[in-house]
Amino acid sequence: MDYQFLWRPVFKALPELVDAALLTMQVSVVSMIIGLSIGLLLSFGRRSKNILLRWPSTIWVEIARNTPVLFQIFFFYWGLGEFGIFLSSYVAVVTALSFNTAGYMAETFRGGFNAIPNTQLRASRSLGMSFLQTQRYIIIPQVLRVVYYPMTNQFIWVILMSSLGMLAGLRELTGETQFFNSKTFRTFEFFAATAVIYYIIAKLVMIGARLLGWKIFRGQKIR
Amino acid sequence: MNPAGSVFTDLAWIDLLFLAQGAIGTLKISAISILAGTIVGIILGWMLAAGNIFVRLLVNTLLDVFRSVPLIIQLILFDSFVSIAGFPMPAFWSGTIVLSVYTAALVAMVARAGIEAVDPNLRRAARSLGMSYWQDMRYVVWPVGLRAVFPSWIGVSLSVLKDSSLVYAIGYIELLRASQILTTKTQESFKIMLLVGLFYFLMSYPISKAGEYVEKKWQQ
Repeated sequence: MDYQFLWRPVFKALPELVDAALLTMQVSVVSMIIGLSIGLLLSFGRRSKNILLRWPSTIWVEIARNTPVLFQIFFFYWGLGEFGIFLSSYVAVVTALSFNTAGYMAETFRGGFNAIPNTQLRASRSLGMSFLQTQRYIIIPQVLRVVYYPMTNQFIWVILMSSLGMLAGLRELTGETQFFNSKTFRTFEFFAATAVIYYIIAKLVMIGARLLGWKIFRGQKIR
Repeated sequence: MNPAGSVFTDLAWIDLLFLAQGAIGTLKISAISILAGTIVGIILGWMLAAGNIFVRLLVNTLLDVFRSVPLIIQLILFDSFVSIAGFPMPAFWSGTIVLSVYTAALVAMVARAGIEAVDPNLRRAARSLGMSYWQDMRYVVWPVGLRAVFPSWIGVSLSVLKDSSLVYAIGYIELLRASQILTTKTQESFKIMLLVGLFYFLMSYPISKAGEYVEKKWQQ
């Protein structure tokens, strides 16, 4: 093995990599918020009796879950060009990750709502709670407990998958690494450093989610 | 439609064949990785469930790394590492190795959950009846645990099938790469994207539905 490892370029590029990591976080947070909101609507849609709501939600969920994320990113980045719609890398990646997250979270939410017997809703209504009070004090706290950990897993997963932005020309953490790689040809060194950064981010998010979960649920057992 | 004399050609039947070949590439790399990853993953899962604290800590930390670093970076790192170490291999094999390890890391968690899903009293009963450790594993833990975690294993296999698209990054021509080659040739990105989506859907959807069916049947 006569390869010389050179770490100096990596250290010199570290400020740029940290900036790019912030972009990664931004992309992930935005995609997660949009994905969660749409996912909640889709889960209602799938439980609806109206075919016009149920069918589109089902199709969305099945396509999101049965095709690769990378395909979804490419679809929004290149696939729409024939109609003259050119999304920027950033918009394409956020759209694809939101689309995907919505599909997965819809199923999680559905499981969460199914876990609560309908009788609870009726009981609290007959105790004189309004519909919104019932949701606020009875349903949502229980659903949140069921979906909390799948939700944090999904968020970490979105952070990892945002790395595919590199292949759609987005300069998030992986894209920035690729940029430095093409400038210096220090492939191994740069990607090893990036792997460490991703590992740290994933761990920090996980610890943060644990602490937050512990605070929200005040030591109750979380499923 | 491309104008006459253009360097691009229209989408033709032969291109569909090219896509189908890509799909076979996807199936091949996924099948090998799922098979190898499942075998290694079950062994690791057993170590996680039955090993002592040092084994558990070591295996857990190791697998955690594979689950916390993006797959695409694992692929690029391994691909460049084998070149540095002086034994370069075709993209197919470096892709297969990385995907297998990734699968193993996911399957290990599933396998551990499966072993832990078996009631300890049931296993004690098996041992009291005179079964050896491995007989207990084979005739008690395996059938009971398998039923508990089979749906999760299907889920892992499906995600590996889809994540195999990331070997795109190191140059193996699977379905997605084939579609990009066709797009540069024909410039009909939307139609090709729809076709590729359909191919993936046709591979993934039947497996997920079959998994749900088996799950329902076993629950009765």
